[in-house]
Amino acid sequence: MLLSNRPIAKIHDYAAVGDCRSAALVSRYGSVDWLCWPRFDSPSIFAAILDKDKGGYWSISPSEPSQFERAYIRGSNVLETHFICTTGRATLTDLMPVASEEFKRRHLLPDHELLRQIACTEGEIKLKVAFCPRGYYGTREVEIKNLGPNVLRLEIGRGAYSLRGNVPLKIHGNEARGAFSMRDGDVLQFSLSYSEESPAVLPALGENATASIKRSVNWWQGWAARAKYQGPYRDAVVRSALALKLMAYAPSGAITAAVTTSLPERIGGSLNWDYRYCWLRDASLTVRALLGLGYIEETESFMTWMLHATRLTQPRLRVLYNVFGGIAPREKELDLAGYFDSRPVRIGNGARHQLQLDVYGEVIEAAAQYAQRHGHFDRTTQKVLIGFGEYVAAHWNLADEGIWEPRSGGANHTHSRLLCWTALDRLLALSDKGLLDGVPRQQFELERGRIRQQIEHRAWNDNLQSYVSVLDGDSVDATLLRLPWYGFEEAQSSRMKSTYRKIRQELSPGDSLLFRYRSQPPEGAFGICGFWAVEYLALGGGTLKEAYDVFDQLLKYGNDLGLFAEEIDPGTRDALGNFPQAFTHIGLISAALTLEEKERGDSHPAAQTGENVKLGSREVIS
Amino acid sequence: MNWASWLLWGFLATIVLTTISAGAQGLGLTRINFPYMLGTIFTPDRDRAKLYGFLVHLVAGWIFSVVYVFIFQALGTGGWWRGALIGIGHGIVVLVVGMALLPGLHPRMASEQQGPTAKNLLEPPGFLALHYGVQTPLAIMIAHTIFGMILGAFYHLA
Repeated sequence: MLLSNRPIAKIHDYAAVGDCRSAALVSRYGSVDWLCWPRFDSPSIFAAILDKDKGGYWSISPSEPSQFERAYIRGSNVLETHFICTTGRATLTDLMPVASEEFKRRHLLPDHELLRQIACTEGEIKLKVAFCPRGYYGTREVEIKNLGPNVLRLEIGRGAYSLRGNVPLKIHGNEARGAFSMRDGDVLQFSLSYSEESPAVLPALGENATASIKRSVNWWQGWAARAKYQGPYRDAVVRSALALKLMAYAPSGAITAAVTTSLPERIGGSLNWDYRYCWLRDASLTVRALLGLGYIEETESFMTWMLHATRLTQPRLRVLYNVFGGIAPREKELDLAGYFDSRPVRIGNGARHQLQLDVYGEVIEAAAQYAQRHGHFDRTTQKVLIGFGEYVAAHWNLADEGIWEPRSGGANHTHSRLLCWTALDRLLALSDKGLLDGVPRQQFELERGRIRQQIEHRAWNDNLQSYVSVLDGDSVDATLLRLPWYGFEEAQSSRMKSTYRKIRQELSPGDSLLFRYRSQPPEGAFGICGFWAVEYLALGGGTLKEAYDVFDQLLKYGNDLGLFAEEIDPGTRDALGNFPQAFTHIGLISAALTLEEKERGDSHPAAQTGENVKLGSREVIS
Repeated sequence: MNWASWLLWGFLATIVLTTISAGAQGLGLTRINFPYMLGTIFTPDRDRAKLYGFLVHLVAGWIFSVVYVFIFQALGTGGWWRGALIGIGHGIVVLVVGMALLPGLHPRMASEQQGPTAKNLLEPPGFLALHYGVQTPLAIMIAHTIFGMILGAFYHLA
């Protein structure tokens, strides 16, 4: 692809770099078009992805028409973009430097840093640098000051940003620009750092920056090497794990749903939401993925966060929290053009007050899986889990907004009922195993049986010969594929097989993709739903070969780096929605783990958890 | 200085302070749990941490009450509102200085710079301990003000 002017990048043209406190999106053309400091949900300094004119960006790109290639350094979140011109080649390395806690205790490092190194690797190449920061999502002008040799400074709110390079940039109003010629062997470095405390640490460049890159690559590779999965999809699984890790907020243990806001689910549409918060549902599914890969520290850290963060609302759980367990901000619209004119651009999230009963089941399921593999619960945790169960036992019959968070009000969602059943089922299983004291068994068994009865009778539509999305309804959604995953129904049962056929018939746009539900106008195919189908097939709904085939097809919808957004446009194959999206990567890892378990002949972890009490639940019905 | 009066009212004021803190958490006003936070300096075991932390908080409160008593002695008088004023000052110091220093002192508390290494650590309190809930500063100020009021009202100068 030959390009001369500043090209417009699409969602799948981006890569993410981060340090587990914040993240930046770098386009395949060398432009940082999204960055929020100090946290994922802080206001942006670069937001060109949402408004190319007002948002702000920082590009390093060739002056001449070039070809662009890129890849993460294997097993890391350090990105390399190669510029290939007729006169020469150069490699741009982008990263947020990371180091071990021990190293950080011994060395003075900036609080936050984005390091960019460009090295000419062949011939000669002319480059241009444009540093165009904008405060608070592009709504505030900035004043760039020259602090001396090659150091620029700007202050926004309580934070000071320092840009250091080993070549000068010239200030033009609220931008700084430069143009340079490089020859084979030349190296340029730029470091943008952020601090809320003075004196700020200004990192040295040169060998220090080179060492920082090496240290970061080593750290990520060491982390990635710990992934236990050894199946045929290791590269895709490790990339997904690295993407998930980027969305973890290390100071608290929270895991955000994505690092962006308002990337649209439909181009030009209004389905633009802020995903820089922690959805308990997504994060709980992450536990399954990280536990399965052997990342115990991340799992423990999240479990601790979850119990602490939800303390103020227990036994009621909110749908989403900020990284420190606070309520997500009220939804607000920004005066930005939006990604390809998809407006409004929103910050904050209006789903914060919704009732989504499935969250309880996900959280308890995560706790059950954690306990199954790694030990016991202290008394406080036991009380908290039982409190969730009691809430479910008292409220499972309510209409709720459900997993898809429509803004149109509540309904009796089958998936929410399924997860309420799961919540009580897992608590009883934990009680059976002696891991929970004080479970009100009789009440939980009774309510679990009632939920089963309701699902079996009112969520089954005889005319359609399918389970349906809402009780007594006549349409399907992809969450019905989860009935076997949680151990409610055998995947090979006639009911599930005909439900699967119905889902394929109603929700497939072709190939292996699935819509989450039918909508008009149609939105993109929902990334995780395709992976749910893989798991359904692997669990017995089809053959392992069928599951592998679907999985292989789905992998092709990731971008060239293996990253997925929330949705995929079935027509253009473009990524849609916030990016990268934890939910989709969770689905990929979970499906790969299920395939591996089936290959080994292991039973599915979720099914194992509920196994002990399954017979009991049926006895209550009879 | 009236040692007996300090021992009695220092102890009782600390008990009230701890009770208000625990009550604020129980009522869902804040997530901060002083005994747990202090106890985890010594052990990661949640149940034991609360016990150890309660004892540490008791001793610490007792020791802090000496400062109140010294001020009353220096002023030559006590009184509930003087105690309340000292309590407000105490609360501000705890919120502004104490919470900022805590991640550096606590072996099991993450700093705001933690990462990407994941470890099962307590989250840092943040400015004014706001990471533990937006009403945390209020709960801490009320608890310390009442702590001071009790000392001011009941401590008898020698």
